[in-house]
Amino acid sequence: MSTAIPPTGRGPLARREARLAWGLLLPTLTAVSLVVILPLLAVFWIAFKPVGLAELRPPTIMAREDVRGGPEAPGDEATLRYRLRNSSQDQQIRGVTLTDAWPEGVTLVDPGALNPACEITDGRLMCDFGDWEGGARETLAIDVTVDQAFLDAPDPSDSAPVITGDGDNVLTNLEFTFENFAQIFNGSEFWGVLGVTLFYTVFGTLGALVMGLFAALLLNKSFRGQGVLRGLYLFPYVAPVIAVAFAWVLLFDPFSGSMNALLIQMGVTSEAINFFGERPLALIMVTLFEIWRYFPLSFLFILARMQSIDTDMYEAADMDGASPFQKFRFLSLPQLLGILSVLFLLRFIWTFNKFDDIFLLTGGNAGTRVLTVNVYEQAFALSNIGAGAAVAVVIFCCLLVFSAFFFKVMSREEGL
Amino acid sequence: MKAAWNGYVTAPVIGALWCAVIAVTVAVAMSFATGAPFRPSWLALSWGAAAGFSALYGALVLWGAAAALLVAGLLGFGPMLSGDGAGLAAQLVGHGGVALFTALGLAKMCEELRPGPATRHEFEEAVIRFLTGFGYIFFTAIVVIPFYVMVMTSLKNQAALMANPLDFSLDLTRRWHLFDSYVELLTQYNFGSYLWTSFYVSVLTVVITLAFAIPGAYAVARLRFRGQALMSRSVLLIYMVPMIVLALPIYIAFSMAGLRNTIFGIVLIYPVTTIPVALYMLQGYFRGLPAEIEEAGLMDGLSRLKVIWKITLPLSLPALASVSLYVFMIAWNEFLLAFMLLDDPGKFTLTRGIASLNSSEVPRQHLMAGAVIATVPIMAIFLGLERFMTKGLTAGSVKG
Repeated sequence: MSTAIPPTGRGPLARREARLAWGLLLPTLTAVSLVVILPLLAVFWIAFKPVGLAELRPPTIMAREDVRGGPEAPGDEATLRYRLRNSSQDQQIRGVTLTDAWPEGVTLVDPGALNPACEITDGRLMCDFGDWEGGARETLAIDVTVDQAFLDAPDPSDSAPVITGDGDNVLTNLEFTFENFAQIFNGSEFWGVLGVTLFYTVFGTLGALVMGLFAALLLNKSFRGQGVLRGLYLFPYVAPVIAVAFAWVLLFDPFSGSMNALLIQMGVTSEAINFFGERPLALIMVTLFEIWRYFPLSFLFILARMQSIDTDMYEAADMDGASPFQKFRFLSLPQLLGILSVLFLLRFIWTFNKFDDIFLLTGGNAGTRVLTVNVYEQAFALSNIGAGAAVAVVIFCCLLVFSAFFFKVMSREEGL
Repeated sequence: MKAAWNGYVTAPVIGALWCAVIAVTVAVAMSFATGAPFRPSWLALSWGAAAGFSALYGALVLWGAAAALLVAGLLGFGPMLSGDGAGLAAQLVGHGGVALFTALGLAKMCEELRPGPATRHEFEEAVIRFLTGFGYIFFTAIVVIPFYVMVMTSLKNQAALMANPLDFSLDLTRRWHLFDSYVELLTQYNFGSYLWTSFYVSVLTVVITLAFAIPGAYAVARLRFRGQALMSRSVLLIYMVPMIVLALPIYIAFSMAGLRNTIFGIVLIYPVTTIPVALYMLQGYFRGLPAEIEEAGLMDGLSRLKVIWKITLPLSLPALASVSLYVFMIAWNEFLLAFMLLDDPGKFTLTRGIASLNSSEVPRQHLMAGAVIATVPIMAIFLGLERFMTKGLTAGSVKG
């Protein structure tokens, strides 16, 4: 009799399950790759491109058409004029042609003088100019005599000339450069930005964590109003960032802010302090804002973990005569270490990625420009999309390093 | 350290610190409420030390000290000084408050302290009670002050605020004119339409997000397939990619495709920013559901999709509620994309509308009224459904 052995490999059931899984994941995968993976690749692509905001569109031929000479009676002479130019100063446009309706009731003064690139057939003017270098321009002047039909007809420049021509789009050609990276790394500014980012991230994260721990210790007991306070302490996190950021800006305004008035009245300072406009105070203020806004999150997580700690341990410690601080130091803290380290790493990454808060509070001025604000600054304020993308690439690489570290710790802690 | 374990040392030190905390708190509160000049004095430390000392000798002595504090305050050499602008009622309330809260707090903190040496427990208990009292005041103050300033500024006018930035007292004789800023925002600045846009964009975002995230989360959490572990990690990784990195190409692509300045484009892009969050939260919840119930359903002849529809989803209604709330909150509060992609004032969301108020031509009570309009709905939803919300936040989102 043969012994029964468990089946190995993938049976039809397993295959069906895998098929279903991929089917369920497909919509999400498509959406995510469209909006996350593709743009990420695009950022890498653009980072190696010499491209500014103005060069996003491919170069085109700009054309203007007018009638000169002011013909008034049949038989008058006039000049139909087309002025053309390449919109780009340095990019070639290939196969430039112009097509326009030939106005009724005009005759060429001298058919031989017509630009050799052009011909008039079937009531249409067609010109083939070939390839144009960057900055090229051309004026096409055609001398004609007009008759009554022309004078009665509407202005010929009403029909816009049709122009074709292929210009390279700088985004799609195969020209690459390291200039963007050289530019951002060379500027002494970059290391300053990096330093500011690290200060903001490290202190913002640590501060929020410590404050969260303190708040959680406060609320880790049941009393009347505990629910209300817990809800209240979450306010900074739940409110729209734009609302609270502007409230802070008004509160700390150097001219009419309540905080300055309060400090002056209490004799702390004799003249108004420009909280968001001075180095290094502005950086400290945005870090405080970050702590204020995100301590509720750490608080919530730490509280949840505290409430799941077994009370037996504390009773045993009480029997052994441990003092309150000893219980915190030797019982609670080790229990909370897991969630604290996970929270620290996650918050570190997200604080590093933070953009809105600083952008709204200071706009990156007064020594508060972090990497994310620098992306915006380079791309939109300085109109250098390539450099902006290069900074974004730097951010993404930092992020990869952080998350590799995070997953290592995460699989050890298994928490969350 | 051991020297501090003595009632004669601990009580006066705690008393001094506590009295200073109370004096500062009451001075700030009275200044914000009346606009009159109240300020704490360095004398608070010595008065507090005396009160702490008296707390060692029982309640009666302590209340005697409190009465002395009140009298001293009214005479102008107490823990808190009130300037000329303060009326008698305000002075009574202020100095009475200082005396009352100092005594109440000290009575609680020094409950176990006696004259003479104290044990380690008694000492630490007193310190912890002081820290607790301080913590409640501190956190409540930092949370409440910005919101208080926001609401009160929106009810005042620019001239009054410039004259005395501390005076948040309301001129109740203006009656309904108090709400002028709100009326103007809703009528002249089109905020009614922004509110509606924000609302339906957020609701659509929730619906689309759930439609994508539920099947995806179920597959990652329950079904076995090659690459499952990798997939669940990538979810978290994608959840970490900052929007500003993606914003550039999205801006370019939207400009080229003509989706900039359209609500359609916004509805297209918002869910993708929330799907990873929702996926992450939901897969955590689905993992926690007992697989046996689903297997029972499978044995009884239901197909997988039927199992999801008839068993898993009804069981995860609370999780769905908290995910929906959280996604709604993200979409409602979203600023960066709305700011970059919307330029046409007819199509603004609320956050974009508020950003457009931030100019020197718009009076700042309008700006704050806009902030209140954006904050109140999300707060109302949050407070009404706080149970789900807190659960949702801890269910797997540490995102900010």
